Amino acid sequence: MSLLAEMNHKALKLGVPLSVHLDITYRCNERCVHCYLDHDDHGEMSTAEIKDVLNQLSEARVFFLTLSGGEVLMRRDFFEILEFSRRLLFNVKLKTNAGMIREPEARRIRELGVAEVQISVYSHRAAVHDAITKLPGSWKRTTDAIRFLRSQGLKVTIANVLMSANWYDYSGVVALAHELGVTYTVDPTITPKIDGDSSIVKLRIEGSELNQLFHDPNLVGDVQEFCAPPPPPGEDVMEGYPCSAGHTSCYISPYGDVFPCVQFPLPSGNVRKQRFLDIWQDSAQLRQVRSIRAKDLPTCSSCAHVGTCTRCPGLAYMEGNMLGPSTADCQKSFQRTGVPTANMVRGLPVPAMTPLVQIQPMWGTSAEAR
Amino acid sequence: MTEKYIMRSSAIAARVLGDEMMIMSATDSTFFILDQVATAIWQAAEGHTPLSEIVAKQICQEFDVSLETALRDAEQFVEELAGHGILLLSNQPIRCSAQRPEVR
Repeated sequence: MSLLAEMNHKALKLGVPLSVHLDITYRCNERCVHCYLDHDDHGEMSTAEIKDVLNQLSEARVFFLTLSGGEVLMRRDFFEILEFSRRLLFNVKLKTNAGMIREPEARRIRELGVAEVQISVYSHRAAVHDAITKLPGSWKRTTDAIRFLRSQGLKVTIANVLMSANWYDYSGVVALAHELGVTYTVDPTITPKIDGDSSIVKLRIEGSELNQLFHDPNLVGDVQEFCAPPPPPGEDVMEGYPCSAGHTSCYISPYGDVFPCVQFPLPSGNVRKQRFLDIWQDSAQLRQVRSIRAKDLPTCSSCAHVGTCTRCPGLAYMEGNMLGPSTADCQKSFQRTGVPTANMVRGLPVPAMTPLVQIQPMWGTSAEAR
Repeated sequence: MTEKYIMRSSAIAARVLGDEMMIMSATDSTFFILDQVATAIWQAAEGHTPLSEIVAKQICQEFDVSLETALRDAEQFVEELAGHGILLLSNQPIRCSAQRPEVR
């Protein structure tokens, strides 16, 4: 077990929120076609409120702090918030489009000891990237910023969200990341908007493209191992919980709302009304999330993929039932292994917000799936 | 014997978790878990107390260990952390105008 895994295990036992994702604004200088946020400011927390929250997070023993948005640099007090966070000795990761980072900002980020900067890049081609962000010139500003940050010796990760508009470009982005000397990560999941509007889900890549992605050795390494059929689940799997959301991590919005995760919009409290630790320890919603074990999931507990699926309880919640399947992850498990999921075999009606590609279950090809 | 002086770097992320401390170097992202003894040395690293005094007064009195063994282990420990920029190490007392951050 790695040291980090050991600490995560210990945090779980002690009930410590090891990681918090804090969005300090939903305002943004870009208007990405797939974005799930409402960019209007409906009363985001003031500098003083955010500092108070950071103090509370530090007291609650939070170690990993992700500052994100919206675009974090849309806040004039961004560096004040960042400096305060580092003074409290958080391990800080920034998520940004980097369009407002030039040399001075890159230097300041390095001076403040930021652990990692994650930057969204949609294509190696400026026209494709700019069409997604709807901001002409954004690709150039973003890639220039990556160079500024790298010249400061900062760790940078390119996050490549894939959708139908940029699917063909992912290998170009891999090459760009290599050229820039940064890490590459791909995310093929487009989530519904935070207000429940699922119209953007139609931008998701098709099942056949997902299949190709999972079988690309440049991305997954050993394809045979990555795409192997799932092993039969043991008892430990059935007693396990789906992900860290609400267990050792949570999300706080610019308005102070606390959720189990940025992708799990289950309102669990608000730091403007309650102390963070009181919410973390006593919220009925977080307690409910924590009580769920794999064996409690009506459909997924009988699925061959139960031990290996990336099932997102937040996406399941947005589909109407946090105990139900997340059909986007059913897709992934199926496309990765070729083994139909229990949800597909049951032939449940597909919710409106699920991927538009209809997967035909491979009847008769998998004894486990029957 | 040359005295060693140690001071906590601010180029770190750190948090107490139970009876241990997690520390990550902002310089090279190396991750350490400090046990109770190492945490006690870390917390005492204010720059002006010799390491031998920290070990004699804080470690040997609190933990069941001989001065010789504790000092040898402590010197090895501080050298390693200094190599990752987590501790500042000097043969002279270290002055710093800024207050060292408190580790929660």
